[in-house]
Amino acid sequence: MRPAIRVEGLGKRYRIAPRQRYLALRDQLGEVLRASLHFWKRGSNGVSHEQREIWALRGVGFEVQLGEVIGVIGRNGAGKSTLLKLLSRVTEPSDGWAAVWGSVGSLLEVGTGFHPELTGRENIYLNGAILGMSRREIGWKFDDIVTFAEVAEFLDSPLKHYSSGMQTRLAFAIAAHFEPEILLVDEVLAVGDLSFQKKCLGKMDDVARDGRTIVFVSHQMNQIRRLCARVIWIDGGRLRMDGPTAEVVSSYESAMSRGDIGEREETREFGAKTRFLKWQLAGPLEMANPHQLDSFGEATVHFDFWVNDTLHRSHHGVALFSADRELVWGRAIDHLHLQPGLHRISYTFPCLPLRPGPYFWQVSLWQDHELFDLWDCLPEMIVATPNLQHPRDEWSGLLNIASEVCVTELGEVQCAESSEER
Amino acid sequence: MAITVARAPVAPVRIAPSGRLFSLRLRELWAYRELLYFCVWRDVKVRYKQTAIGAAWALLQPTLTMLAFSLFFGKLAKLPTNGVPYPLFYYCAVLPWTYFATALQNCTNSIVEQQRLITKIYFPRLVLPISAVLAGLVDFAVAFGVLAALMVYYRIPPGRAVLLLPGFLLLALLTALGFGLWLSALNAIYRDVRYVVPFLVQFWMFASPVAYSSSMVPGRWRWAYGLNPMAGVIEGFRWALTRQGLAPGSLFVASGCGVILVLLGGMFYFRRMEGTVADLV
Repeated sequence: MRPAIRVEGLGKRYRIAPRQRYLALRDQLGEVLRASLHFWKRGSNGVSHEQREIWALRGVGFEVQLGEVIGVIGRNGAGKSTLLKLLSRVTEPSDGWAAVWGSVGSLLEVGTGFHPELTGRENIYLNGAILGMSRREIGWKFDDIVTFAEVAEFLDSPLKHYSSGMQTRLAFAIAAHFEPEILLVDEVLAVGDLSFQKKCLGKMDDVARDGRTIVFVSHQMNQIRRLCARVIWIDGGRLRMDGPTAEVVSSYESAMSRGDIGEREETREFGAKTRFLKWQLAGPLEMANPHQLDSFGEATVHFDFWVNDTLHRSHHGVALFSADRELVWGRAIDHLHLQPGLHRISYTFPCLPLRPGPYFWQVSLWQDHELFDLWDCLPEMIVATPNLQHPRDEWSGLLNIASEVCVTELGEVQCAESSEER
Repeated sequence: MAITVARAPVAPVRIAPSGRLFSLRLRELWAYRELLYFCVWRDVKVRYKQTAIGAAWALLQPTLTMLAFSLFFGKLAKLPTNGVPYPLFYYCAVLPWTYFATALQNCTNSIVEQQRLITKIYFPRLVLPISAVLAGLVDFAVAFGVLAALMVYYRIPPGRAVLLLPGFLLLALLTALGFGLWLSALNAIYRDVRYVVPFLVQFWMFASPVAYSSSMVPGRWRWAYGLNPMAGVIEGFRWALTRQGLAPGSLFVASGCGVILVLLGGMFYFRRMEGTVADLV
């Protein structure tokens, strides 16, 4: 496998002048005069520069193989767009280097270079040339582009007469027919209505299957899960995680939702008479991570808690919530008699067929109608099992169970293999 | 349209902070020539679509200037023209001057105006100033028609030196490009440069023999005067078209060399700025 992109120690530094964005000669000259006055008055102190430096990206290194589709995720302002700008050569790095094998096409924005006074036809040629297509190439693909964008009747009217939806469709249609060896896409699939987004995603699929290398930045995890086999997580300008999609996306999602749980942990008012301490997973095989479910088969969840006074007829509740705070499963145990000391309550499941992602346990202990302790378990449980459902994320539901398929013809029985073997 | 992915090993493009000195990468510029064509085409098309007068504007500006000069400097001030009729005398100068002035101003603004493009797509940024000076040639061609009409009207046949006109035009182009590269890069850093340029152009016009004949310049100062490349261009236009005035001499060659130096310096400075210009606009 040959590399398509190799990045090492890449960094980009920006200087921020707090007062004004644009420099003007007259201000520069004024600064010089002021600086010299300062110098004469105070001696060698000099001028404080009033500029801060921020590293939008620092020390990022990774490699993308030819034909790989790689996703880049992270919060707003983490540095994803900066990374793409550096790889597209729109701006220069301050540190480190990158090497790119093959022609690069970057879609950092759709409709770059559109001019409202020119007609749709003229803008197709203009935009195509700006992206890097030759005139001949645009000529070949012209009809495809027009059909994809559904603007055939308006080709010869000026772009300013198009609705914003039509302009977006045209822009994306041109971009979609641009076929470089390496494609860098920055959140441009978030435009348009749902049916158009589906069309665009389908086109991206085709491009990926053609064997092109794609680096895809998006905030929409379902798009990332559908298109990418590998994901890079950029956080605060640094590479935080680089690995298979399920793992990285789950960690990212749990980190995002942990934001609102973190505070609740501090204000746990209960827990005087009893207190939940920790939880973990156990299975027939040794588990690498006690909070991550990697395989199907039997799974046991242990909850450890401490009891101060003897409890009679206490009532225990357990619930499992999905990342969207939907209740997935719940159970209650009554008439528990507990002596003071450390206890463990365990639930064993023959299997936990849940869709990959983060999940949250919640346990509680009551006596009569008094709540003794309620705990939203931390850390969350990550289900990182293989996906047995539909390859398209929007058609994968909560229940990730194996199923057997049988196609029956009259008189003959042919069974397709069960989806477990994938 | 599937691509063949298995091909001979390709040399990688290396992206790294640029060093102090590096090449001009002219081959890359050649690879982007279609983009250059489209930028010129777009500028011209948009300019002519937007105005109601359209192509006539390219004629109106030099013609009206010529009429104003003929009236005030010619008839009223009676500046000497070596026997050439006033309108023709002034138009020979106004034509290349208008090209130079608009080319220089468009070139200066080219980077900042196309800020959206620069921050989103990679292409050799030199394409923008070059397309600005090339787009002006279309206006020049249109305005040349008026010149031809004037020469027919005054029944002045052009001499063989007319064949040298493209050479003078080329010098005007290179001067506009050379200074324009410096100014456009500076304009990206210091935004008030674009307000300085109209004054610069005004002053430059009076320093060039547009409104008067260069024979008015006293002999002692001729050498300094001749260093102005536009002086050579305008004298050359007048000489080639009307066969009056001085043939361009050694000073012309000297100013030509000066322009080449400014151009090369401008290209290197521009290339150096190129990498970080997307952060400034």
